[in-house]
Amino acid sequence: MIKVENLTKRYAGVTAIHDLNFHVEKGEIVGFLGPNGAGKSTTMRILSSYMPATSGRASIAGFDVFSQSMQARQHLGYMPENVPLYPDMRVTEYLNYRATLKEITGTRQRERVGDVKELCALKEVENRIIGTLSKGYRQRVGLADALLHSPDLLILDEPTIGLDPNQIRQVRDLIRNLGRHHTILLSTHILPEVEMTCSRVVIINRGKIEAADTPENLVNAMRAAGGIRLEAKVGMDNGVEEIGKLPGVKEVAMETEDGWTIFTLRTDSRTDPREALWRLATDRRWTVRELSRRRATLEDVFVELTLGDEV
Amino acid sequence: MTKFLTLLSREVKSCFYSPIAYVVLCFFLGLTGLCFYSGVGFLSRGATERTIVEAFFDSIPFWIGFILIFPPITMRVFSEEFKMGTIETLMTAPVRDWQVVLAKFGGALVFYMVLWLPTLLYFVIFQQVAKADAASAAGAYWGSYLELLMAGMLFISVGCFASALTQNQMVAAVISFCVITFFFLGGLLSFFTPNISPEFRMFASYCSVLEHMGEFSKGMIDSRRFVFYGSGTALMLLLTHQVFQFRRWKA
Repeated sequence: MIKVENLTKRYAGVTAIHDLNFHVEKGEIVGFLGPNGAGKSTTMRILSSYMPATSGRASIAGFDVFSQSMQARQHLGYMPENVPLYPDMRVTEYLNYRATLKEITGTRQRERVGDVKELCALKEVENRIIGTLSKGYRQRVGLADALLHSPDLLILDEPTIGLDPNQIRQVRDLIRNLGRHHTILLSTHILPEVEMTCSRVVIINRGKIEAADTPENLVNAMRAAGGIRLEAKVGMDNGVEEIGKLPGVKEVAMETEDGWTIFTLRTDSRTDPREALWRLATDRRWTVRELSRRRATLEDVFVELTLGDEV
Repeated sequence: MTKFLTLLSREVKSCFYSPIAYVVLCFFLGLTGLCFYSGVGFLSRGATERTIVEAFFDSIPFWIGFILIFPPITMRVFSEEFKMGTIETLMTAPVRDWQVVLAKFGGALVFYMVLWLPTLLYFVIFQQVAKADAASAAGAYWGSYLELLMAGMLFISVGCFASALTQNQMVAAVISFCVITFFFLGGLLSFFTPNISPEFRMFASYCSVLEHMGEFSKGMIDSRRFVFYGSGTALMLLLTHQVFQFRRWKA
């Protein structure tokens, strides 16, 4: 659905994105992640034919976004960051205006505008002036606009930014429902969102792709995929070395607190040394008050990939 | 074509949604009323060679007002879209750049024409009351309003160009005001400096909106003026299109 080949965009002296390559298949919901200024919006603007790339190619549904821009736009619903709308228009008026621009006219226009208003729960504000709407409603008007021409592909730039937790949940449910019929590329900073909704993730940093995979694979492939925490009362011989020799353990850190020793283990993602650890503790007659595993999250992946050596 | 008309009607509507439109309308109505009043006053003082049309369109307050109306009409057309970011939603819909440029130009032009509508009433009233056919000939009306339309097209295209240059409406207004004033004063140059070359004098009068209006309001319709205003407008719109595209692409 989206094909990006060697895409580069340079502004006066600054390279915003450098040699990007990725693709999105039909039916996927892909999360496009990266720190601010990584080049997410630039990539999305190029994909939406808002601006041309300096070099490289990108196509949507087989249409080049530059040379076949009009056809590409017909297949794409784009919601820019911060959802710019005309504040002086009414919701229905705006949607009708947008529908005509997207070549939806007559009865079909009435149907589609009605459909998207229903889908995005805009019925109750349909006659309000956009400038008076809350952020959440404005977001939904933007989404309704993107859906008007029932595009195969939706590109959403930070659809949940500035929303409260309830609204975020509503938008998330909406996106998940849309994912049944549309291919979606969305950028966001709310990583638990991505883990819940996206089938694949592309992480970009300083204009380059750092990783592209399913959220699970990314988490599993991390250097430190997770950690194990053991709190116990140990004797003089604390056994750090023995714990370090257990299979799958990469690193052990130890601290004491009120007579309790807390071991923090960094482990391989595919092995679980908890059983061996328990046996070691019982052999040594340690009093154990906690033995727990913390799974790595996409957030860990994100931080590791985008902060890199700066930590 | 449907898209262009949709864009155009959006532009015209957005003109009337903004309070500036009503300020300009009121100001202009007051000013033209004053011009008409003083024109009638001038004619009633005694026999004169001038008609009411000439007296109306050739007065100083009229020209001052004429220059002042363009910046507020055109300053927002592109600047506002860039400032609010709506340019991104607009230009990712399947519309072409030139459609947008022409629609914005057309929207401002429609507003400009609406501005002139009440003045037609003045002449109807004059005709009814004065019953002086000689003082108002059809050719003079056609000529004057044609000149207004053509000069309006040129100055609106200048305003659109200024607005495409910046996302700050005030800056756009100042740029268009300066360019239009400069244009206007250029036409007056031959009055200020008596010892300029005849070629330059000819060029200045060729560009002088003031002189054109002098001719047209007598009913002398000169085809050279059509070429002048037509090519000027086309050039400004072309430049606007280029700047618009450039700004979007480097954004």
